[in-house]
Amino acid sequence: MATAKKRARSGAAAPARAAAMEPETLHRAFRDMLLLRRFEEKASQLYGMGLIGGFCHLYIGQEAVVTGVQYALGPGDSVITGYRCHAHMLIAGVPAREVMAELTGRAAGASKGKGGSMHLFAPERGFYGGHGIVGAQVPLGVGLGFAHKYRASDRISVTYFGDGAANQGQVFEAFNMAALWQLPVLFVIENNQYAMGTAVERSAAVSELHERGAAFGIPGGRVDGMDVAAVFQAAEEAVAGLRAGDGPLLLEMMTYRYRGHSMSDPAKYRSREEVSKMRQERDAIEQARQALLDAGHADEDALKEIDREIKAIVNDAAAFAQEAPEPAPVSLEADIVARA
Amino acid sequence: MVQLTVREALRDAMAEEMRADPDVFLMGEEVAEYQGAYKVSQGLLDEFGVGRVIDTPITEAGFAGIGVGAAMGGLKPIVEFMTFNFAMQAMDHLINSAAKTLYMSGGLLPVPVVFRGPNGAAARVAAQHSQCYASWFAHVPGWRVIAPYSAGDAKGLLKSAIRDPNPVVFLENELLYGQSFEVPADGEHMVPIGKAAVARAGSDVTVAAFSIMVGRALEAAETLAGEGIEVEVIDLRSLRPLDADAVLASVEKTNRLVTVEEGWPFAGIGAEIAALVMDRAFDMLDAPVARVSGADLPMPYAANLEAATLPGAAAIADAVRRVCYRS
Repeated sequence: MATAKKRARSGAAAPARAAAMEPETLHRAFRDMLLLRRFEEKASQLYGMGLIGGFCHLYIGQEAVVTGVQYALGPGDSVITGYRCHAHMLIAGVPAREVMAELTGRAAGASKGKGGSMHLFAPERGFYGGHGIVGAQVPLGVGLGFAHKYRASDRISVTYFGDGAANQGQVFEAFNMAALWQLPVLFVIENNQYAMGTAVERSAAVSELHERGAAFGIPGGRVDGMDVAAVFQAAEEAVAGLRAGDGPLLLEMMTYRYRGHSMSDPAKYRSREEVSKMRQERDAIEQARQALLDAGHADEDALKEIDREIKAIVNDAAAFAQEAPEPAPVSLEADIVARA
Repeated sequence: MVQLTVREALRDAMAEEMRADPDVFLMGEEVAEYQGAYKVSQGLLDEFGVGRVIDTPITEAGFAGIGVGAAMGGLKPIVEFMTFNFAMQAMDHLINSAAKTLYMSGGLLPVPVVFRGPNGAAARVAAQHSQCYASWFAHVPGWRVIAPYSAGDAKGLLKSAIRDPNPVVFLENELLYGQSFEVPADGEHMVPIGKAAVARAGSDVTVAAFSIMVGRALEAAETLAGEGIEVEVIDLRSLRPLDADAVLASVEKTNRLVTVEEGWPFAGIGAEIAALVMDRAFDMLDAPVARVSGADLPMPYAANLEAATLPGAAAIADAVRRVCYRS
């Protein structure tokens, strides 16, 4: 492996407004982000009805991040994240039915009912999970980048983690080797401001998390993670550099989750006003909707029609996930080990 | 047959598999330029280059995770721990990322990675560097756990481990690296995972051991033969899956069983085998199963105390006499 050379490279793109996006892409982003949100709202309902068990971490509020980054990727690229992973599956193109059926623990679920909300995988679509131990996905994602470089391909690894995971020691071990070996890894910090209930400034000695790669020569930048156009633009630039062999890069997406850390979290560590201010002033879907309307790319009726379509997809997924059979008892001992 | 040390056999296994499959590579601390902390990877850098024999920083959690991630990405990494004592730093990746992912992905994501390196006590390196992890790893579903004794088994089992689609923990022993054994000259010498071997045939008592303790058991068997006790030594070779049939077949013949391991007794491999035999061969036993193990304490440094901690041929012979009611 070639070792790192010192270099300077700007991380983040200049801030963009949703209006700056190509109309078709913006339209698609509106639709995709709406799917992610309606899916999670439905999951929340099913959880309340006792149809989804255990831990369930919703992505509501963060939709622009995974959407904008995904649009910058191509076939063969790898994506990995932690346990807040429903959206990463959906944006990779996995049918909502398969994701929802996994949440309800059914055989038709993406992981055949063995993984649940936190362990979703779609390697054939480049998504490698779905990992439950905070920060552990970071070395794994660097390993995926290692495999791309080993094969001398121009494919890259996108390694997502949160502001909480950013404090794990193994993240820095992974940074070091990614930089030392110049691996094609885009580190994406989804900074939603709270590691469970602990605000960034209460857990990070320096809260500019995009600077955390500096000790390893990894350039970083901060991006408005509530603006899908800004995310897309930053990701596109980053991916181009990675494909050209520029080495790892770190983007800190400033985002916000509207719900608690998981379904069991009433989120009493922040004020109601703080949440409603974000929803009213910064919401990614609302920004995209407004941009489409303002530019005359769509009218209210067309957008309502999209919402109806999305609701139909999500309702269908929910019905499927309730009707689909549970895993057959004989599947209990399947896939503990692979047959040689 | 050729004479090979365990060290050479392990190196040959890696070299043969790396020649055969470009997805196989070796990473770990000091594996490349230093030629291996214990010289197991001697010559590999010269043959395969820096792209496939990769020195890592001292960062076990990080490189274990990278190895697992590379396996998820379709490669076949061999990850060397300088010793398994340092694998504790990486335990989360070994258990949660490597062993469980195939199952929790519903079979979608195999993790064909080998973690190998010396395990157990060496000599005079005290508590933090002298520990047998056999029962720790064997406890976990999803792993293949291998602990060979002879050079031939080291070679044949490492080749099988590299080709296996599952994560494999390959437990070596520093004190065996320099020991020579006869190994088939055939380059395709393969030993299947999950099969024990009869290291010495006998009719009176079964002694089940693995790794360096097989040698101690063979010494004890030699002594006991002089006393008219014929010991059958079973070299377990694989601990998960454990070759239960081989143990049971031997116990059916001898009706007496002694287990031997270097690690601690509590919830150890011996305890597992004792439970197995109670479950499936209770009526065959003419005496309670005896367990020989390392003493239940952190390894002391002083030479005499260290010797008192580790099981040797004398302790094994005593246990055999006990199950024969000869002591």
